[in-house]
Amino acid sequence: MTEFPQNPSTVYYFGTCLSDMIYPEAGLAGIRLLQREGVDVIYPKGQSCCGQPAYNSGFPDEARAVALAQVKAFSGSNAPIVVPSGSCAGMMRIHYPLLFEHEPEYFKVKRFSERIFELTSFLRHSLNPTYTDKGPPITLTWHSSCHARREMGCTEDSKALLRQLSNVTLVELENEHECCGFGGTFSVKRPEISAAMVKDKVRDIQGTGASAYITGDCGCMMNISGHMESGKRPISGHHIAEFILERIHG
Amino acid sequence: MDKPKTYNFAREAAKALADTQLRDNLRFATQSLRQKRLAVFDDPDETEALREIGSRIKARGLTHLPRLLEELEDRCWENGIVVHWAETTEEANRIVLSIMEAHGAKKAVKGKSMVSEEMHFNAFMEARGKQALETDLGEFIIQLNNEPPSHIIVPAIHKNRKQIGKIFADKIPDTTYTEDTDILLATARRILREHYRTADIGISGVNFAVAETGTLCLVENEGNGRMCTTVPPVHVALMGLEKVVAKLEDVPPLYRLLCGSATGQRITTYFNMIKGPRKKGEKDGPKEVHLVILDNGRSRMLADPQLRKVLRCIRCGTCLNHCPVYTRIGGHAYGSTYPGPIGEILMPQLDGLDTKGELASASSLCNACSEVCPVKIPIPELIRRMRNESYLKKGTGVIPGHGAKRNAVEWIVWKGWRYSQTVPALNWLMLKTLAITGRVLPRVGPLKAWTRVRTKPVFAKESLKQLTRQEGIRHE
Repeated sequence: MTEFPQNPSTVYYFGTCLSDMIYPEAGLAGIRLLQREGVDVIYPKGQSCCGQPAYNSGFPDEARAVALAQVKAFSGSNAPIVVPSGSCAGMMRIHYPLLFEHEPEYFKVKRFSERIFELTSFLRHSLNPTYTDKGPPITLTWHSSCHARREMGCTEDSKALLRQLSNVTLVELENEHECCGFGGTFSVKRPEISAAMVKDKVRDIQGTGASAYITGDCGCMMNISGHMESGKRPISGHHIAEFILERIHG
Repeated sequence: MDKPKTYNFAREAAKALADTQLRDNLRFATQSLRQKRLAVFDDPDETEALREIGSRIKARGLTHLPRLLEELEDRCWENGIVVHWAETTEEANRIVLSIMEAHGAKKAVKGKSMVSEEMHFNAFMEARGKQALETDLGEFIIQLNNEPPSHIIVPAIHKNRKQIGKIFADKIPDTTYTEDTDILLATARRILREHYRTADIGISGVNFAVAETGTLCLVENEGNGRMCTTVPPVHVALMGLEKVVAKLEDVPPLYRLLCGSATGQRITTYFNMIKGPRKKGEKDGPKEVHLVILDNGRSRMLADPQLRKVLRCIRCGTCLNHCPVYTRIGGHAYGSTYPGPIGEILMPQLDGLDTKGELASASSLCNACSEVCPVKIPIPELIRRMRNESYLKKGTGVIPGHGAKRNAVEWIVWKGWRYSQTVPALNWLMLKTLAITGRVLPRVGPLKAWTRVRTKPVFAKESLKQLTRQEGIRHE
């Protein structure tokens, strides 16, 4: 079990490369949710990517170089590092120690990895926020990224935060356990299989009757919403941080 | 098993994806297998504990493998089982052929054996005028239709009842079309019974070989395994060398894991423990029992601490049932003896990364397989290893055919990516460039693949780095 620091005064924020390039508002929303609980948030400007694209594609040397750049960027103090993505958090918390298993930097990297927390789990277990829903009634479904579910185990924390929103009806998604077909470079290296997977995921989301789906991972969102938009489907996708922030501000 | 001359995974996968009947059959069958598994493994804590035990039994077996194999050999000889060693599949086939020839045997009945598939046993025997008849119902069906199995446990998983009825009507003389499974079963049974009675030799696989007692354990549901190993005068068991376990007490946890994972059963209908030929005064059983222990690259896997983990596999097939790729394309698209996630990490090692390296790309690394693997093989970790070895410089890898995908374009792309993610000024430049040109990027390469079913990603005008600075978030 992960041990969560209780009411920390300062945290670091790792925004993820996707939020830097494509979804900066989602990244910023995560910072706002942390600040709302009275936490001082530091955004190290030397940060970039967790290294997962290279790691998963068979280029561990490149992944290690990028990983070490993150370790360096966050070396100012031992404050917890909060990540608004189950997948990037899983890479940094679980895979970094494996990636450096036979490297001299192992212990340094391992200490860094132990400071990594996924945003919704950190909010729930370290800060225990109370949210008052100011938005209109809405029916939603939740899409869990595979690494949020199977590596960080943060799916229940994300849902627990959403359930605090009184006007939100959360409908369970059929085949929720199943991958949306993103898989980083998988989506472009095996486009035919990835397409079949995202089509099924969108069909299941449509089947819930929800008007929006929420997720904690920008990669899945780019994939699912990208396919929905190409078919002009009227279901919007939102990162959980951005969605919660919007609802509590009304 | 027919291997297409120029195997192209992308083409085979696309063909399978377009087959709506296949998609329906697979979805229905794999969902049912997943539900059955979950009904047996309904206590997560107990399941986790059992998987931990299973993985450690197999890991310990592999640590002591050379000694255990010698112990197994000694005990088997003491029990009257003739032990043969085969380094290659060709050698294994020749050993069985020589046993058949020594007995003037023409017809072999076979219980289900993935090692025999690995050996392309049936094709080898048929080319030499011998009959090799599958008796497992699923194998029987696809042999009628001249197809290889599409699943490790459920070889005809890609066929539904109607398709099977049609195969029977087309291929078995004097059979009319029916969808009635009882009638289909009775037909298969009638044919198989005659074959058992007249076969010269019986072939089987081995699920667990116990070193301390020289016992060969065979797990099955149809009784065909028992028939093949007891009715013909000669029984030849085929095993990969990783099947050995140290003790008899190692078997129950592995057996429970295998049944639960493979078919969602607490126990199979038949569990055979074979300890030698018919003894003096006994009225049944084969007069001779042989055991062929096959290496086929396994000792090379054993030598590498990471690749060794593949050898824990007990061939339950549950990783196939849980894989979002396998459940959509089925087994044939992999063009390999072992399909699905386990195939992705086993086939490149058996056949070489140059011919089967593509299989390692058939995964989104969603971890569904490693979540259910009864012996906790870290399949995604090994898929990454396959991918990594595909790009290694010749002579720096372990797996045959490593470096097959090494190319200048990808090398440059990843080097460029590395510098854009490690040098802050270059990262800033990349973000700026994407913000300006991102919307007008031409649809070529990866973007072309992406936009086949998706809109182009919209790059933000201002990165999170800029946004946080504007919003006064403390930078460091």
